[in-house]
Amino acid sequence: MTRLLYSEVEEDLRAAVRKVLADRAPWPAVLARIDGDQQYDPGLWRTLAAEVGCAGLPVPLERGGAGAGWREAAVVAEECGRAVAPVPYLGCGQATAALLACDDTELLRRLSAGEVVATLAAPLSTPLGAAPATGVRALAETLTGTVASVLDALPADVLLVPADGDLWQVAAADARITPVVSLDQTRPLADISFDAAPATRLAGGARAARAWTAARTAGAVLLAGEQLGLAEWCLDTTVAYVKQRHQFGRPVGSFQAVKHRLAQLWVRLTQARAVARYAADCLATGDPDTTVAAHLAQAHCSEAAVRAAEECVQLHGGIGFTWEHPAHLYLKRAKSDAIAFGTPARQRDALGDLLRL
Amino acid sequence: MQAHELAARTRDFLAEHDPVSTPAPDFLRARFDAGLAWVNFPRGLGGLDLPRMLQPVVDEVLAGAGAPDNDPLRITIGLGMAAPTILRHGTDEQRRRWLRPLWTGEELWCQLFSEPGAGSDLAALATRAVRDGDGWVVSGQKVWTSMAHEARWGILIARSDPAAPKHDGITYFACDLTAPGVEVRPLRQLTGEAEFNEVFLDDVRIPDAHRIGAVGHGWQVARTTLMNERVAIGGGPVPREYGLIGVLARVWRDRPGLRTSGGRDELIRLWVAAEAARLAAQRLREQLAAGQPGAEGSAVKYAFALLNQEISGFELELLGDEGLRYDDWTMRRPTVADWGLRTPGYRYLRARANSIEGGTSEILCDIIAERVLGLPREVAG
Repeated sequence: MTRLLYSEVEEDLRAAVRKVLADRAPWPAVLARIDGDQQYDPGLWRTLAAEVGCAGLPVPLERGGAGAGWREAAVVAEECGRAVAPVPYLGCGQATAALLACDDTELLRRLSAGEVVATLAAPLSTPLGAAPATGVRALAETLTGTVASVLDALPADVLLVPADGDLWQVAAADARITPVVSLDQTRPLADISFDAAPATRLAGGARAARAWTAARTAGAVLLAGEQLGLAEWCLDTTVAYVKQRHQFGRPVGSFQAVKHRLAQLWVRLTQARAVARYAADCLATGDPDTTVAAHLAQAHCSEAAVRAAEECVQLHGGIGFTWEHPAHLYLKRAKSDAIAFGTPARQRDALGDLLRL
Repeated sequence: MQAHELAARTRDFLAEHDPVSTPAPDFLRARFDAGLAWVNFPRGLGGLDLPRMLQPVVDEVLAGAGAPDNDPLRITIGLGMAAPTILRHGTDEQRRRWLRPLWTGEELWCQLFSEPGAGSDLAALATRAVRDGDGWVVSGQKVWTSMAHEARWGILIARSDPAAPKHDGITYFACDLTAPGVEVRPLRQLTGEAEFNEVFLDDVRIPDAHRIGAVGHGWQVARTTLMNERVAIGGGPVPREYGLIGVLARVWRDRPGLRTSGGRDELIRLWVAAEAARLAAQRLREQLAAGQPGAEGSAVKYAFALLNQEISGFELELLGDEGLRYDDWTMRRPTVADWGLRTPGYRYLRARANSIEGGTSEILCDIIAERVLGLPREVAG
């Protein structure tokens, strides 16, 4: 059994994604983008989704996907996190999981092919395990209402909207999507309002509830991958920096106070890797432990990523607090990710209920 | 050899050696001679030159037949530290002499490394070994020696050349604890019991044939021993809520009267930390089985030390009045620490040693920082 390791195929996929991201979204490019008016990079996403084939990984061949699975999808999430890539990977991942639970074929096929961007219209901070927010009402094939702080709505073509117990599909052009000045500058949120927007019902009742849960669970697992990749970048970058930065005539990384902090961070990341891998494997294999694994991954990886980003800023000293150094991109993403899908305290609360503690 | 062939070979062995009627020592000796003791060891030395990951195949067949085992917990120092060192650095004669009774448990081994003046800085050891004809005369004091009061042999490092730089003047021996001049005294620890000993060596004669590795190469040999000590944490996979976190979770579930809202978050925080550490250890096992040696062993040991301390401290507070009582302060001589059978106070106290024994947490952090992350060494004092 090697369910917690990466297969050769997964490592090849990682290398391909990392190369594209290194070429197209090195950190100076991501940093430059946050000062512009288009924080997302639609061209980069088309390359990753369509050419590398990242969008359809968990979708079976007969439904227009690559026929791989959620383990592979989580590897892509790790690389996107490592690069704080300005792409709607997490939103599309949730939409994919929702559509896999519906009868729809056409939208799923187009999403898998990278032809459209879709996201789930739910506040990013909605805790894993919670019911959808109730701000949108359905009336005669139209939707009316608002949803705040939605992930990946800005680049979306299609919105998947839970309303009145059903799941609906709405063209983004038929909604009003307002950018939010967001803590995470590499992946800004948006507020959405619908005013009798034309909608197509994707699933109803229990089916819609299953699609919602599938989307949220897959999102939490992918997010754990993203947090792991993000944390690894922070550790690697900090280790490299303290080796070359000298004070008092010696490398900063030779001081025991610094070494021990980094060693402890490394221990935390070895655990984050095991926990994130376990969650991805559970999701991929339909393991009955998937719900626990997803909450566990969020409880652990959220704190690991925040710690890694905070240590990255601290151990870089003054340069780590500047706008010109990329550490702040990771800090903002990490803290935002820790609130996404519910804070670690909420994950623990949910775990306690699941485990009868 | 495939797993099914190995299983068949084990069943053939059982057909010739009835596990129920054969006396345990005879059965274990025969098992060793059949190469089914540790299949990754060489033929003729209890093994079959097979990958280590095939050992569970043998163990399962034998356990299923109710065969006696060699009580691995009791001989853990021999199995985990002495045996790999003898295999790697010993002569053919030494391997033949020592490995069989080591594995069957007929001769117990202990480790004579730490000294009062040489703990984390082990290479600063002061025990002297002086050449004398065809042997050595050894004098000094060793400490924190578990099992010394039951052991026949000790793996010993001593300074053979005081003029050489500290890592170069050390030689590695097997010391016969029944030899004149060896005195073993219990070392009582803060739990009240004495798992460990002090060992005093007063002009103990060790034949040169019991030297392991070249004269002056003891430090390199000792590194084999210590590396195996940290890898040995492995063992088989463990289920969720195994160990102290399971004890704590049971108390919480069974006794609603003890619960507080703040305590619940703390409990689940510990549960998450324990589960993350368990999965990290599981991932390390998968890495080792796949032949990818990882440095994660240090991470696993570091994490479990911290966890055991936090969990046992929390359990004691949770129990309130019961936490104020202790079962027994009289000096016992346990073979292994019996965590589960003792009071919570014992667990709390015993866990303090977890971040000291087998490498302090501070030394583990140094090892991770230098060997894994490649950070520069602190300027040596």
